[in-house]
Amino acid sequence: MIRILLPLIGLALLTVLPNYISDYGLGLLIGAATYVTLASAWALFSGQTHYISLATVAFYGTGAYTVAVLNEALPYPAVLACAALIGGAMALVVGLSTLRLQGVYFVIFSFGLAELTRQLITWYEVNVTGTLGRYIFLDITTRQIYWQMLALGAATLALTAWINRSRLGLALRVIGDDETVAAHSGINLARTKLIAFVLSAMILTLAGAITSPRYVYVEPAIVFNPTVSFLTVIMALLGGANRLWGPALGAVPLFLAFEYLSSNFPDTYPIFLGLLFIGVVFLVPNGLLAKLETLTARKAPQTKEART
Amino acid sequence: MLMTTLILGLVLGGTYALLALGLTLQYGIARIMNLAYGELTLAAAFLVVAFFQGAGLSPLLSLPAIALAGYGAGWLLYQVMMRPLVARSGGSGRLEVDSILATFGLLFLIQGVLLVSFGADFTSISYLDRGVSVLGVSVALNRLIAFGICILAGTALVTALRTTSWGLRMRAVALTPGSAPLVGIDVNRVARQGFALGSALAAIGGASVSMYQTFSATDGVVFTMKALVIVIMGGVGNVPGALAAGFALGLLETFVATAIDPGLTLAATFAIFLAVLLWRPQGLFGARS
Amino acid sequence: MTGISRRAALRALSFGVTSTLALTAGMALAEGDTVKIGYAVARTGPSATGAGITTIPNYELWVDSVNKAGGLTLPDGSKKMIEVVEYDNRSANQDLVRAIERLASQDKVDLILPPWGTGANLAIAPLMAKFGYPQLAVTAVTDKAPEFAARWDRSFWMLGGGHDYAKGLVDVLAAARDAGTINGKVAVVSVADGFGIDLINGARPAFEEAGFELVYDKTYPLGTSDFAALMSEAQGSGADSFVAFSYPPGSFGMTKTAQSMGYNPKVFYISVGGAFPIYPGVADGKAEGVMAIGGVNADSPAIQDYFARHTEFTGKAPDSWASAITYASLEMLEQAVERVGLDHAALAAELSGGTFETVIGEVKLEDNQLRDLWWVGQWQGGAFRAVNPGDKDGASAPVIPKPEW
Repeated sequence: MIRILLPLIGLALLTVLPNYISDYGLGLLIGAATYVTLASAWALFSGQTHYISLATVAFYGTGAYTVAVLNEALPYPAVLACAALIGGAMALVVGLSTLRLQGVYFVIFSFGLAELTRQLITWYEVNVTGTLGRYIFLDITTRQIYWQMLALGAATLALTAWINRSRLGLALRVIGDDETVAAHSGINLARTKLIAFVLSAMILTLAGAITSPRYVYVEPAIVFNPTVSFLTVIMALLGGANRLWGPALGAVPLFLAFEYLSSNFPDTYPIFLGLLFIGVVFLVPNGLLAKLETLTARKAPQTKEART
Repeated sequence: MLMTTLILGLVLGGTYALLALGLTLQYGIARIMNLAYGELTLAAAFLVVAFFQGAGLSPLLSLPAIALAGYGAGWLLYQVMMRPLVARSGGSGRLEVDSILATFGLLFLIQGVLLVSFGADFTSISYLDRGVSVLGVSVALNRLIAFGICILAGTALVTALRTTSWGLRMRAVALTPGSAPLVGIDVNRVARQGFALGSALAAIGGASVSMYQTFSATDGVVFTMKALVIVIMGGVGNVPGALAAGFALGLLETFVATAIDPGLTLAATFAIFLAVLLWRPQGLFGARS
Repeated sequence: MTGISRRAALRALSFGVTSTLALTAGMALAEGDTVKIGYAVARTGPSATGAGITTIPNYELWVDSVNKAGGLTLPDGSKKMIEVVEYDNRSANQDLVRAIERLASQDKVDLILPPWGTGANLAIAPLMAKFGYPQLAVTAVTDKAPEFAARWDRSFWMLGGGHDYAKGLVDVLAAARDAGTINGKVAVVSVADGFGIDLINGARPAFEEAGFELVYDKTYPLGTSDFAALMSEAQGSGADSFVAFSYPPGSFGMTKTAQSMGYNPKVFYISVGGAFPIYPGVADGKAEGVMAIGGVNADSPAIQDYFARHTEFTGKAPDSWASAITYASLEMLEQAVERVGLDHAALAAELSGGTFETVIGEVKLEDNQLRDLWWVGQWQGGAFRAVNPGDKDGASAPVIPKPEW
């Protein structure tokens, strides 16, 4: 019971929080909520299956672009629905053809996908529509963006929790452990991976769509910023990608750390950032959650025994 | 016209292939997916320019020193950073994720150092910019030199890998790192050599880039990506494959630019790359999977 | 090495100085005794290069000179030192937007200086309007400037739009063609980016209207590093004029490629980067006659003094397009503060209606836009001189055909 109640109380608190903080505080909340959503959605597929995807920004950027293209033609909720559908369709096509790739091939493929999407959109805009930058003038307040993102993040976590308990989650875990074993035990590899990939992509696309009114101006070079993909991966892995709360736990402190570094050390910030990454890999290789568990287990081995 | 496309494409392909040789060695032999590869290239390019502008040392003369420095840096990097990760992974898939993350950190680290020491400006020098006529097509001498270096380094590597016992050990580790120790190969040593040699090639690539291209401290990822595309197309760890893929890519880009639309060159690169990944993930020239 | 290390040392030194100044100022003086000026510029990422050339050095130079003179003068004659709050926007609009919110609501700075780039300036415009800060958007080239100035009435757009530059270029070329110096064929390439597209969209109708034939008209992707194929097509097109709406890596790459392949069009025009101080070095000392976007009145004593101060302070000369305008925008701000103080509404009104003495001469905005700009410049005798509009005070006559490389 407490495992459901606590998050709900947290969510309620987060919902009313904007009433008590400055605009900058709200900006921070949006940023944190965005990365929690991105990292959790990424982990929904990649955390269990160990397919490291660098295509996050391909979907995120597509979402932003969808809003930019459709915001004057359709009402806002319809635009969001379109964004999710486009992201899902894209993931379906990509997933059908690529999910048999493994390991580093998938990593590189997903990276290439983001670039290809960006190049194709650029080429299309330049040669077909003749414009490149697009404007988003929507009457959406910062708070509304925050609430939307918060809702999306909560939905992502709930979905992940549900999947983890369902047959789908079990299948994903088996696939992550060993694909051959998974195939032998009667799991439909392609279908299982595809479902998770499409779900994850739809959330990523929606996240891009929701934040886009904050930029006003959208251009492929701006929305397809590969850093987003990298940060998402790092955040999820820092927290522990195969756990429900892992990505969120990685996203919040890293996001705040970047914010702190870029404001206090604008000149040397990349150096700190680099050291931080290397530190994470060496010191908390399995994610913070796993690290915490080993620490508590070491302190109280009996309780662990009792629990299991 | 066809001749022009062919020659320009081959020269461009040579410069691309040179960029990719080091990465294919690093991934093929040391199993390190080095995302900071482009930053190493860039660091070498900045050093060459600094020598050129400060001491008047011509890039071609500083090339051997840069290559040596690259080897040393790679050796050190492997020993300090990669070795613990390799040891920890114990040969599992873990290393792939860890190396991606660690080298991603390295990417930022080097970029930050470059930004602090050389600033954010575009850097470009004029060195051997004159044209040389190759079969009636005018080609920039500096690109031709990069092409020559690529052919030289590529052939030397291929020959060494094919004919020497050192090459045999390298190939053994690349093929089956698990069973190489059974025949008395010190895998760690070979992997370290492979990684260091890869870094040396990255440095040579950077030195040649500095001769013909405008670059800035934030461009590293562009080089990494280009190199990655070629490495995958050629087959990971496959040196002749990387050479061939580099040439193929140069020809493709030039062909698309002249015959179809220059706006699609990069899209074509990625489309071909994705197609290769799907159709032959072992690379265009790799028989083994 | 000397060039680089000296620059780096100066850069470090200037930071030290500004931050120490800010620090001591902050400690020595109680709250309210300094003017807090904030900016979120790209220190890292793809925009870092542009910001590092045009925006940041001018901000630092201006803050340094104002503080050395005792601070900003207020209407009552008192002086307040400037305290700088600076953030890195990492070239990402998400981070930029948050940094502006931070400057406005957390640091409560008195004034906010804009970031580099069209997209970045647009991204912050609604926020600046919401918080009421005047926004002197210099490094934003957009044809929609009139629309934006109307939408956000405290925003000022100071670098014109793509079609202005395109039209200026067409004027120069048309005059040369009418004089019989060049033929009516033009080869044009443009970078696939908001900027390149704005320019080419302005240029196509302008060229057509002036009776030019675009014999080669292609767009290339941002990030292209090899221009051999592109340039050899342009060379074979029979055009006397080569026009590139390009970014610095492209501008430099095309110059080098043209030199190495012996491509000598009578007009060689490139865009961003052509007015950079390093351009003659890139062109191996053969920049003479190359045309590019922007320009300054190189004979004006104010510009010469500004170039000298910039060179002394940062270790390198400014670029001859947006740098001087950036600095002029800061001088406008300084004078407006002296006249009406720090109240945002009064400042905006003064910036919009006032007349200012700056390094680029007397400035008066029209509908919140700076329209009195140089569209085309050319390297002549080692300096980048403005050649169009030709009737503007200080314009040099264009030299066509360009001497061979």
